[in-house]
Amino acid sequence: MVRYALNRLISLAISLLIASVAIFLVVEVAPGDPASYMLGINAQPDTVAALRTELGLDVSKPERYLTWVSGMLGGDFGTSYTYRAPVAQMIADRLWVSLPLAIYALTLSTLIAFPAGLFAASRRGRAGDMAVMGATQLGVAIPNFWFAMMLVLVFSITLRWFGAGGFPGWDAGLGAGLKALTLPAVALALPQAAILARVMRSALIDILGEDFMRTARAKGLSRRQALWRHGVRNALIPVLTIIGLQFSFLLAGAIIIEQVFFLPGLGRLVFQSITQRDLIVVESVVMLLVFAVIVVNFAVDLAYAAADPRLRTRT
Amino acid sequence: MTLLSVAALSVSIHDTPILKDVSLSVAPGQIVALTGESGSGKSMTALAVMRLLPEGAEAQGRIALAGADLMARTEAQMCAVRGNDIGMIFQEPMTALNPVMTIGDQVAETILVHGAMGRAQARDRARAVLARVGLPEDRFPLSLYPHQLSGGQRQRVVIAMAIALRPKLLIADEPTTALDVTTQAQILDLLKGLVAEEGMGLMMITHDLAVVAGMADQIVVMRHGAVVEQGPARAVLSAPAQAYTRALLEASGHRANLPEAAPQGALLQVRGVSRDYRTPRKRLFGPHGTVRAVKDVSFEIQKGERVGLVGESGCGKSTLTRALLGLEPVQAGQILLDGQPVYAHGHPNLAVRRKIQVVFQDPYGSFNPRHRVARLITEPFHLLESPPTGAARERAIAEALTAVGLQPDDAGKYIHAFSGGQRQRIAIARALIIRPELIVFDEAVSALDVRVRAQILDLMADLSRQYGLTYLFISHDLSVVRTITDRVMVMRAGEIVEAGPTEQVFDTPSHWYTKALIAAAPRLPEGIGGSDAARPAL
Repeated sequence: MVRYALNRLISLAISLLIASVAIFLVVEVAPGDPASYMLGINAQPDTVAALRTELGLDVSKPERYLTWVSGMLGGDFGTSYTYRAPVAQMIADRLWVSLPLAIYALTLSTLIAFPAGLFAASRRGRAGDMAVMGATQLGVAIPNFWFAMMLVLVFSITLRWFGAGGFPGWDAGLGAGLKALTLPAVALALPQAAILARVMRSALIDILGEDFMRTARAKGLSRRQALWRHGVRNALIPVLTIIGLQFSFLLAGAIIIEQVFFLPGLGRLVFQSITQRDLIVVESVVMLLVFAVIVVNFAVDLAYAAADPRLRTRT
Repeated sequence: MTLLSVAALSVSIHDTPILKDVSLSVAPGQIVALTGESGSGKSMTALAVMRLLPEGAEAQGRIALAGADLMARTEAQMCAVRGNDIGMIFQEPMTALNPVMTIGDQVAETILVHGAMGRAQARDRARAVLARVGLPEDRFPLSLYPHQLSGGQRQRVVIAMAIALRPKLLIADEPTTALDVTTQAQILDLLKGLVAEEGMGLMMITHDLAVVAGMADQIVVMRHGAVVEQGPARAVLSAPAQAYTRALLEASGHRANLPEAAPQGALLQVRGVSRDYRTPRKRLFGPHGTVRAVKDVSFEIQKGERVGLVGESGCGKSTLTRALLGLEPVQAGQILLDGQPVYAHGHPNLAVRRKIQVVFQDPYGSFNPRHRVARLITEPFHLLESPPTGAARERAIAEALTAVGLQPDDAGKYIHAFSGGQRQRIAIARALIIRPELIVFDEAVSALDVRVRAQILDLMADLSRQYGLTYLFISHDLSVVRTITDRVMVMRAGEIVEAGPTEQVFDTPSHWYTKALIAAAPRLPEGIGGSDAARPAL
């Protein structure tokens, strides 16, 4: 198990290295000059030259790559061209919103999906199953921004339980912060929960047809006991895969929901810096997201091994 | 006293009758064998006793265990019976265990779910039961997972789970069908010992009459969901009252009438062939390990010869087959067909490839369900430089289908319209259609019922007579190899340990492994079954 983890860790490091090179090549090297691209076509040549110096574009490409990577390792992500502020600080501020939001949404979606999937699988083909499947079909089909607006309409404007948007900051207290994130988290969680519940249900139904489930029944376990003790853990592998994918998506893909609720998250930062051609910010955020995805995959790999002993001996 | 009594049991699934008026009984310490071909209702009878029938099934009749009516029990009451009063063993040990739970936990679960004792005691009992079935803790710790055990060892774990609470009745559904012959012998011995020592009743389901002959006190022969004949084993086997039972016995010991071989020069030459497989790296950038699956194997097949290759699973038979077909490169040695290599320049050598065809084991999985028979059996035509077209193609199709006992009209049908035996005939037609020099039969009759198997073996003998076939017949089933080959090779751990004329190898084996294989193979008592009763039907 330790060896398995170490091996995954090494491949994690290699993935990060490859990703950093790829991002560097795409953003900095590929077409044209970043400085003139950032300033637009009407820029003065001397402005471009000044920016080139400021961005450090006047040195060789390998040197620039090394400077960028070593900077990141030391926590220095460079300075944003448009905001004139350290990128590291900007990302950190946004991460304090996006990360809790992603975790909140994922927790909600898992808490909804697990019981729903279990319930549907154990009542396969009966009314309960039909109801859950119908609801999840709806959950998958509804666009989350529309759902978000409906939430605002009902819970903010009509019932006045939650604010319609904005984020007071964690300084205002944990309760206030969580309250501000609740509607966005629900809006994000429900479609994810619908997908996860369907995956959970079909994984469980596959497992129900396995020989060892029949063995469990022959031992004297009831249907429910067999499902709980033998079904759930075996169904976890596909479910973990989806959870991993969803977390990565939630971290950066919440952009529309962040717009709807005026949340200062990572998604909005990416969106703004792309429209403002702030390549340094784009580059850093993309690298950070890649890092997050790779780390999540690493965690999922470890969870696989915990769930399934057959994977532990593999490298 | 009867332990289990089943009376007038009928089962239907969505109004389709599955079991009709089945009656049988099992006494304590008695072994009752349920036998019959696939689809005869053997397993359904067992599941009905367990009250574990598939959804939509309705059962009528009476099932009593030690006098208590099981049909009247609620589901919750049945849960208390299953595993406690009745233990059940299944066919597929590879999948019958939960892959993510240790064997100790799985055995202990039977005890814990019935609340028979505390956790620590249950663990002690699990330890003792596993030792009883031949998995002592010093070599097989309770913390092992199923994937760390072989098929036979897993079946022992399944048995341990079934007997952990010393049930009165043990139901074993084809418990050794998926196992190698030597492992099968050990598991059968274990079951016999348990019945004798613990006084359990054993209801054993098997299609293999030779196994029945070696085990059962009573035999129940089933067909189409009904009991055809039942009685004491010895009586039913030696003097079957029903024609169907006689037909089954006859087919079990069936010997095909193979024409004399007329070898005429070397066709396939295998010289010092070794085949290595890569094993996963131990470290991320570490070197690959290798496993030598076939070790320095040499043999020759003459034109017109019928050669058998026997060995247990994992011995390298399949690896060797793939190498013979030129599907994979070999790491040492040469495989020549008609003097030319079967694998050259990184791919199968097509010039030679058309001279060799193969018939696989699974008649269900080896056909594309979306193609018609005409297209399926003409697949090998792509190996030819100028495949026949138009009327010549039609003629070739009709001829191949007729040769295997089907109708030319069958060419327009899809594969699902055919039974397992007919599918295997189509597979043979597919192999025959380009008149290959050599046909490889890879476990080609292993998945078939005995009567169908007998027909296919006869067909092979007929085809040998008509076309002077040369083939390599690969099987784990010694009795089949014996009837359908002139020469046999015995393979073990990647090596050919013995080779010679079939009769000689079977009558006077020289290698210890061949002796062990022959000794372990279950056999019908002398004088039962087969057209040539004077011969010991192995």
